[in-house]
Amino acid sequence: MAKTDTARGLLTTPIFQNNPIALQILGICSALAVTNSMSTSLVMGLAVIAVTAFSNMFVSLIRNHMPSSIRIIIQMTIIASLVIVVDQLLRAFAYDLSKQLSVFVGLIITNCIVMGRAEAYAMQNGPVLSFLDGVGNGLGYTFILLAVGFFRELLGSGSVFGITIMQTVNNGGWYVPNGLMLLPPSAFFVIGLLIWALRSFNPEQVESNEFKITTNTKPRTAEGSA
Amino acid sequence: MASNDSIKKTLTVALSLCVVCSVVVSTAAVALRPTQQQNQELDRKTNILQVANLMEPGRSVEQQFGEITQRVVDLRSGEYADDIDPDRFDQIASTQDPAMSRTLSGSQDQAGLGGRVENYATVYLVGDPDNPDEIILPVRGQGLWSLMLGYLALEGDGNTVVGLSFYEQGETPGLGGEVDNPRWKSLWPGKEIYPEGSDEPAIRLVKGGVGSNTPDAEHKVDALSGATLTSTGVTNLLQFWMGDEGFANYLARFRDTSQGA
Repeated sequence: MAKTDTARGLLTTPIFQNNPIALQILGICSALAVTNSMSTSLVMGLAVIAVTAFSNMFVSLIRNHMPSSIRIIIQMTIIASLVIVVDQLLRAFAYDLSKQLSVFVGLIITNCIVMGRAEAYAMQNGPVLSFLDGVGNGLGYTFILLAVGFFRELLGSGSVFGITIMQTVNNGGWYVPNGLMLLPPSAFFVIGLLIWALRSFNPEQVESNEFKITTNTKPRTAEGSA
Repeated sequence: MASNDSIKKTLTVALSLCVVCSVVVSTAAVALRPTQQQNQELDRKTNILQVANLMEPGRSVEQQFGEITQRVVDLRSGEYADDIDPDRFDQIASTQDPAMSRTLSGSQDQAGLGGRVENYATVYLVGDPDNPDEIILPVRGQGLWSLMLGYLALEGDGNTVVGLSFYEQGETPGLGGEVDNPRWKSLWPGKEIYPEGSDEPAIRLVKGGVGSNTPDAEHKVDALSGATLTSTGVTNLLQFWMGDEGFANYLARFRDTSQGA
């Protein structure tokens, strides 16, 4: 792992080396749901950056006063409040996008990345570092979302950020869109391929096998052991 | 750290956190409400323009909406109620006012409106108000989970559908939520509400698709797959709003003139 005690390390490590989606396999649910276009991916990513960063910061600020018995509830309350505020802001200033994202902004509450960072990092570190850690992990999430969104929108609708790149047959062009790419399961394939690519560049991300298949050292004869 | 786990500390932390969070959340909700309402209003006008196929890119919604005449209609008689200012009339709120609304019996309340319906409704007329090109009517009704609010645009004959679209619904995303799908909405134009010489609305959603050899295909639209209750809700709300309790009396004036002509 790269250095995680410098500001720069905190921001950049989660993007490639320790990506919350690609390495920790967290937050897959929303990565499937909102990535059929790049603009929704981007807004969702920004919302998660804001929530993760501020929830980390607030959790870290009160970490020394937290009774351990209600620790998780306190974290959830902070996260839920922030998500509601972000949702209200989106409705006020990005109404169309908030309609497209519909329930998924609200579901950031259940995004494991937010809670995971609050519990794993913010409970042990200061508010500034926690804030940066939240931004970094949000960026890692956004990076994967945008990458998945790029492929899904390009192959599914022939466009990027709504700008037509490949004219589809329906609109009188030549490109026959891939219908699967518009459906959430296609994100599994794209994320899987992305993880493969990331691990080819960073072989240290490949986990060692939990079980090793060994060769059979006691060959039996065809008649059996009897 | 042990003191953190005392009952007193636990309660204090929990209570103060709740107070702080609720203040933050309610401040955000209250402070942003005017902007959100403005967005909703803009969205409503955009929806009206879109359902009537009038949306032109490059012109502001307000400007385009200015070409539409709003009138208030008395649903009981079908006459215009010119003493009510359409700009200030809130149709949804008027259902709560006993002077502006009436009760519906169980069998009348097809659209699931909770037993009350307003006496007056705002209609939007495109073109000459006396002989409009299009008539846009507000419709609403209960789906599976939610009250679906939308607009139905009819041609000047008061019978042929130009479009149907919902601007607010909370149906299951991907199933009933597909009432917003442009491909499904494109099935509507050209459909007819009433059969020849009848005041009973015949328009409905049917399962299994509508082909060219389906009998009465002009009154039938393919239902949403996987969303039986939402589809039934759409049928019911159209039957209600096109029926006697809804706009049938009002639409009769357009249907008569077009038959005469």
